[in-house]
Amino acid sequence: MLKTLLSGDNPRSKVLSLVLLAVVISLALAPFLFPGTKSLETAARICIFIVLVASYDLLLGYAGIVSFAHTMFFGIGAYGTALALSATGPTFLSILWGTGAGVVIAAAFALAIGLFSLRVKAIFFAMVTLAVASAFAIAVSQASWLTGGEDGLNYRIPRELTPAFKLLPDKVFGVRINGKLLNYYLVFFSSAILFIVMLRIVNSPFGRTLQAVRDNAFRAEAIGYRVIWYRTTATVLSAVMAALAGSLLAIWLRYTGPATTLSMEIMIDILLMVVIGGMGTMYGAILGATIFILAQTYLQNLMGVAADATSFVPFISHLVEPERWLLWLGVLFILSVYFFPSGIVGRLREMKS
Amino acid sequence: MSDTTIKPRIEKAPVLERITTALPIALVPVLAVLGFVAIGDPAAWLTLTVAGLAMGLMIFIMASGLTVVFGLMDVINFGHGAFISVGAFVGFSILIWLGGWTASSSVFLNLAAVFLAILVSMVATGLMGYAFERVIVMPVYGQHLKQILVTMGGLIVAQQLIHVFWGPDEIHVARPESLRGSIVIGEAAIEKYRLVAVGIGVALFLAMRHVLKSTKIGLLVRAGVENGEMVEALGYRIRRLFLIVFMVGSALAGLGGVMWGLYQETITAHMGSEIMVLVFIVVIIGGLGSVEGCFIGALLVGLLSNYTAFLAPKVALVSTIALMVIILMWRPQGLYPVVKAK
Amino acid sequence: MKEPLLTLSGVHTHIGPYHILQGVDLVVPKGGVSVLLGRNGAGKTTTLRTIMGLWQASEGTILFEGQDITKLPTPEISRAGIAFVPEDMGIFTDLTVAENMTLAAARGPLDPDRLEWIKTLFPPIRTFWESSAGTLSGGQKQMLSVARAIIEPRKLILIDEPTKGLAPAIIKAMSDALLELKETDTTILLVEQNFSMASAVGDTVSVMDDGHIVHAGEMAELAGDARMQERLMGLSLEAHQ
Repeated sequence: MLKTLLSGDNPRSKVLSLVLLAVVISLALAPFLFPGTKSLETAARICIFIVLVASYDLLLGYAGIVSFAHTMFFGIGAYGTALALSATGPTFLSILWGTGAGVVIAAAFALAIGLFSLRVKAIFFAMVTLAVASAFAIAVSQASWLTGGEDGLNYRIPRELTPAFKLLPDKVFGVRINGKLLNYYLVFFSSAILFIVMLRIVNSPFGRTLQAVRDNAFRAEAIGYRVIWYRTTATVLSAVMAALAGSLLAIWLRYTGPATTLSMEIMIDILLMVVIGGMGTMYGAILGATIFILAQTYLQNLMGVAADATSFVPFISHLVEPERWLLWLGVLFILSVYFFPSGIVGRLREMKS
Repeated sequence: MSDTTIKPRIEKAPVLERITTALPIALVPVLAVLGFVAIGDPAAWLTLTVAGLAMGLMIFIMASGLTVVFGLMDVINFGHGAFISVGAFVGFSILIWLGGWTASSSVFLNLAAVFLAILVSMVATGLMGYAFERVIVMPVYGQHLKQILVTMGGLIVAQQLIHVFWGPDEIHVARPESLRGSIVIGEAAIEKYRLVAVGIGVALFLAMRHVLKSTKIGLLVRAGVENGEMVEALGYRIRRLFLIVFMVGSALAGLGGVMWGLYQETITAHMGSEIMVLVFIVVIIGGLGSVEGCFIGALLVGLLSNYTAFLAPKVALVSTIALMVIILMWRPQGLYPVVKAK
Repeated sequence: MKEPLLTLSGVHTHIGPYHILQGVDLVVPKGGVSVLLGRNGAGKTTTLRTIMGLWQASEGTILFEGQDITKLPTPEISRAGIAFVPEDMGIFTDLTVAENMTLAAARGPLDPDRLEWIKTLFPPIRTFWESSAGTLSGGQKQMLSVARAIIEPRKLILIDEPTKGLAPAIIKAMSDALLELKETDTTILLVEQNFSMASAVGDTVSVMDDGHIVHAGEMAELAGDARMQERLMGLSLEAHQ
């Protein structure tokens, strides 16, 4: 059963399986294992980013395409849902049509950009997406009449998904069974389903052709595959998945703004997560997102301690300041690309053999 | 694998070719005229046009290195923005250090301070370019995907190092005394600094043109962009040529950074990656690898940004994207596609 | 047999997944013109590019004047005294004829006497000296490409199908030029499909097929032996326009 669920693409490493299992169980039971608002926020963020990073891996790892517009699609999904909830009230129907609209718009954008610039060179696509995504982010932050500008949108979500909605009168294992919990499980199960769907996509004939195209576009073309079609489809699929992740974020946070969805910082984060986790492995998204977000949330405290401890060494203490954690991730990122392009997942798999 | 790698060559009539080559150059005055019609007010138009040219020339300075580096070795440096930021910060430090000169009312001392700041930051970014090429770029020649990722990683690290050295906050940069304020021509007020920027930009463009047209190294660069293999077969080490070009391109980005910092009067570690959006648009519009195309693209983007900023402030960046899309629909490879024999 | 200038022994070259040269043994004697014949896809161009270092031999050795140049980078091979006229001519179309020639003189300024000799050999070089090389006709580009290769004294010139797609008058001019070049102490390794041209200028001949050398000998012998020609004809000599 599990094998079918994973589309026959097993983790292929004992350590990796154990780590993945630990992550999945922790996320599944997060409300009970790690009570508290902050840890639940972190767990939900990890779920959403797993989908977002996996969808980026679909493009980068499996199709070999570098896009800097992934946050744009993420943002389109989030804003679609957010605007629908603001416009037609906090109902599930609003979520449905908002998400649907977001997905359609994201797909249309991806199709246009893909057809427009995938013909030429990988580098060209990267540059075009960077420019378009930046322009989009600025346009959104300036269209304040619609999007709330830099401040973003606050809105209500269906009452069943808020803490005000009580499912059971009593606590279970010391945890309130309320709408917030439902909301978390909505995020968790949606993410799980989306991840499994993506796993299925990359292991389908389509996914395998995609990798053949990535490895040798010239040859794939010669055999008769229409390279541009495969690349564009991958772009569209990945955009749709990113938009769905965006919708989840919009529902979970009850807030959507440029800084949480569209910013270049998030794009960089995704890039770091996918490369450090392992490109072209899907499971790398789970590890990358989990490690990165845990580090982002908790490592900074640790570095704060290190900075205090070294405060008598002027330069070093600057290097280990909590704000400088991105410096070290950047170095790790470069080393990953050089020395272990298949990331942590790749390392773990090699350890086995 | 066939022995016949020769591609059919279509010989165009020279006259027609000359017209189509000249066409993109005409876009700049056309845009200026359109701007004049749309704005209506000659004084405002003059102010905006000078501002647009200044901006365009600064972008050209930053973009030229990037496009030549691509043309020569098929390398796009996504970390190019790091040189812009570092250049700005180094220049700023020098200007602070020469505070006595910049605060003085002597035009000579003011310009000397700016000149020194530019010189030091160009040396610094040139050396940084050397290190970047050896450590970051060289191991991933010919692998586009890794190239994009690794240079992006280099950008992240460089930005963080700026935070380490200069602190995380944005810094205000004061222009030297004599570069503040405006001069009035008719009813149009034109910032002095913009005129200086235009002067430096034009001088640099002419110098670059001279180097590319009349020196052996310039010939090698142009030949290498067209057919690097043949340059090697003639006995030149193209890797070394590339390293030189990479360093010069980095130094130019540093120069652009100083100029941009003085133009905006604030500098941040992220300024480079923000400007890179415009730089990429310019490079794409011009045609990857083409210096002339880059120059025209930069002027178009500079003018258009300033006109739209005046006419409809909210669509400034979107308008440059629209310009890019229109130009790519007309010429899918940019204004001057570089013929690649590779 | 004269002493060898260039010797390939057991050279293999792979391009991506393709195994093109499968153990090429080729000797180019010092002086004169050696012709390399073979049908399309036999590996002639790959042989030249491997000698030039533009593609790396995966196995085997290439000796030039007794020096092993197998692993040398292309610029070093060029500096050792080998010039290359590629099939696509490799003209820098963005540069003028004069600039193309200036770059070709990699070791110093243009030698005026030699340039004068070249301009007499190829009159279009003189006529179009200041023109952009991109505006030249195919034949003129071919002349420029050969001119670039001989602007400095070289020991060996590799020329890949200089007559391909050219009009008979230009082929004649090219063949005259090669005959004149023979009088200098330059050795030429010529890849050619046009047998009448090849037999007119060639001293020795090697025939390639499927990544191997299948015949090597004197050109006069092959030109005079109709049966041998016929045997090799199917391999090497396609109907040439």
